[in-house]
Amino acid sequence: MSELSELYQEVILDHNKSPRNFRKCETCNHDAEGYNPLCGDHIFVYIDLQGDTIKDISFQGSGCAISKSSASLMTSILKGKTKQEALEMFNKFHEVVTSRIGSEQDLSSLGKLAVFSGVRDYPSRVKCASLAWHTMISALKEEKSASTE
Amino acid sequence: MYQTTVQPNLKTIEAFDVERVRQDFPILQRLINGKPLVYLDNAATSQKPYSVIDTVRDYYSMLNSNVHRGVHYLSEQSTLAYEDARLKIKEFLNAISACEIIYTRGATEAINLVAWTYGRTHIAEGDEVIISAMEHHANIVPWQLLCEEKKAKLKVIPMTDEGELIMEEYDKLLSDRTKFVSIVQISNSLGTVNPIREVIRKAHERNIPVLVDGAQGVSHLKVDVQELDCDFYVFSGHKLFGPTGIGALYGKAELLQDMPPYQTGGDMIRSVTFEKTIFNDIPNKFEAGTPNIAGAIGLGAAIDYMKYLKMDEVAKHEKGLLEYATQRLNEIDGVHIIGTAKNKASLISFVMDNIHPHDIGTILDSEGIAIRTGHHCCQPVMQRFCIPATARASFAFYNTKSEIDKLVYGIQKVIRVFG
Ligand SMILES: Cc1ncc(COP(=O)(O)O)c(C=O)c1O
Repeated sequence: MSELSELYQEVILDHNKSPRNFRKCETCNHDAEGYNPLCGDHIFVYIDLQGDTIKDISFQGSGCAISKSSASLMTSILKGKTKQEALEMFNKFHEVVTSRIGSEQDLSSLGKLAVFSGVRDYPSRVKCASLAWHTMISALKEEKSASTE
Repeated sequence: MYQTTVQPNLKTIEAFDVERVRQDFPILQRLINGKPLVYLDNAATSQKPYSVIDTVRDYYSMLNSNVHRGVHYLSEQSTLAYEDARLKIKEFLNAISACEIIYTRGATEAINLVAWTYGRTHIAEGDEVIISAMEHHANIVPWQLLCEEKKAKLKVIPMTDEGELIMEEYDKLLSDRTKFVSIVQISNSLGTVNPIREVIRKAHERNIPVLVDGAQGVSHLKVDVQELDCDFYVFSGHKLFGPTGIGALYGKAELLQDMPPYQTGGDMIRSVTFEKTIFNDIPNKFEAGTPNIAGAIGLGAAIDYMKYLKMDEVAKHEKGLLEYATQRLNEIDGVHIIGTAKNKASLISFVMDNIHPHDIGTILDSEGIAIRTGHHCCQPVMQRFCIPATARASFAFYNTKSEIDKLVYGIQKVIRVFG
């Protein structure tokens, strides 16, 4: 097992304590609800999509430190991005948290998302980290709800 | 008769010595993340003593063959061992007869069996089934589906903030429409020991049969189905230090005899023609197909082990653990125990201010401490207390006070990480 400090990195602890964009977005025209039945993590993602651009994105809900900080970081990264860029980010994020233990990865291209690389050593926590991202994709696709099951 | 290898040593233990008892459980000698395993997830499943592990291994190495069908030596011997284990369960629960013990995969299958056989033939439109607010999903969903199918109603006995059933509300729910009561003996999410004797007595005043979900009961309390006078009692072997995939349903013979079969196939029939099938007598009527023979024999060994420990000694030791753990956890700022019933089994659900149970679980794991986090298959209980999940430490007789000290140390580490 890897060190606990690689899972609970400072950035993660910080976003958990003071989550960014933790509110309902008043002008949102896309939203979805995400639920992880295993641990009860439950979040709502709100997106204000103007044309192809994410003008505003926010979230609400309750969950563990990993799911909350992941949602918080996601919203700060995706604001101003296009739909296409958000999808690419999602794929990249997915790779970060699910790539095989020990596999070498170029973390430099990941920017802030690299802090979640520790999650892959904790298989039971991967769903926590990806809940917000799945919910964001559902919101963009107007599916209304996402589940990690 | 076939005897398990360890039987000769298993008389009864002289005095309860937890360090000595721990030697019987190989997994307790393991390191997890470089630390000695502190296993506090016994309500999810319990660990297995050598006697159970060896019995299962010996069965497969020396005795393996199908039951109830061969005339050859091995088949006769494995049938004897399989039926001998049923007798052990009968004695363990103090049933009148071994034919009242039906092997199932576990508590879940046993409840489903009763819902889909007894329930389907006795519950009709407008009838009511009573359960409690602290049931495991396994004792909610089968009744919910049955009620939907029959246009019957599911009624729920509410509980207090301490996690105790409100018996006056139960009195009010009982009526001529009530056709069944299904109730958990010990709550797996709160630890509450329910007054099932009273629940049963009140139902019987109106001739309503009662099922007791003993999934958590068997490992903590002495169970006597005759004294309780319950109509059905269910439990899982794996929570009683036995193998997974095996458990039992106890039912009063006269009820079982009248119930239609649950599954159909081999072993449960007396004669089959293409026009008509005549079913076997109980218990075989409910045991279609080749059963979990090794599991049943392993469960028998687990029951032998419990007999060897003596239930009173187990209860005394666990009471000490519960009191000590409750006191230590209450001393920690920001820790809140969920479920503070006066009569509790050795299980503590708790939450922490601003820290999600899942994070508590991961950090404790780094210390080799295994607890359960989540809703414990009791989502209505979580809704009742307005929480998404809890962290739960559940103790067995092989746990020690020094392990509780480690738990406390682990929780302090959680606070340091998130402080
Ligand atoms: C109270 C209670 N009932 C039923 C069950 C279901 O048991 P099993 O999954 O072994 O069938 C459990 C298991 O957690 C339980 O705690």
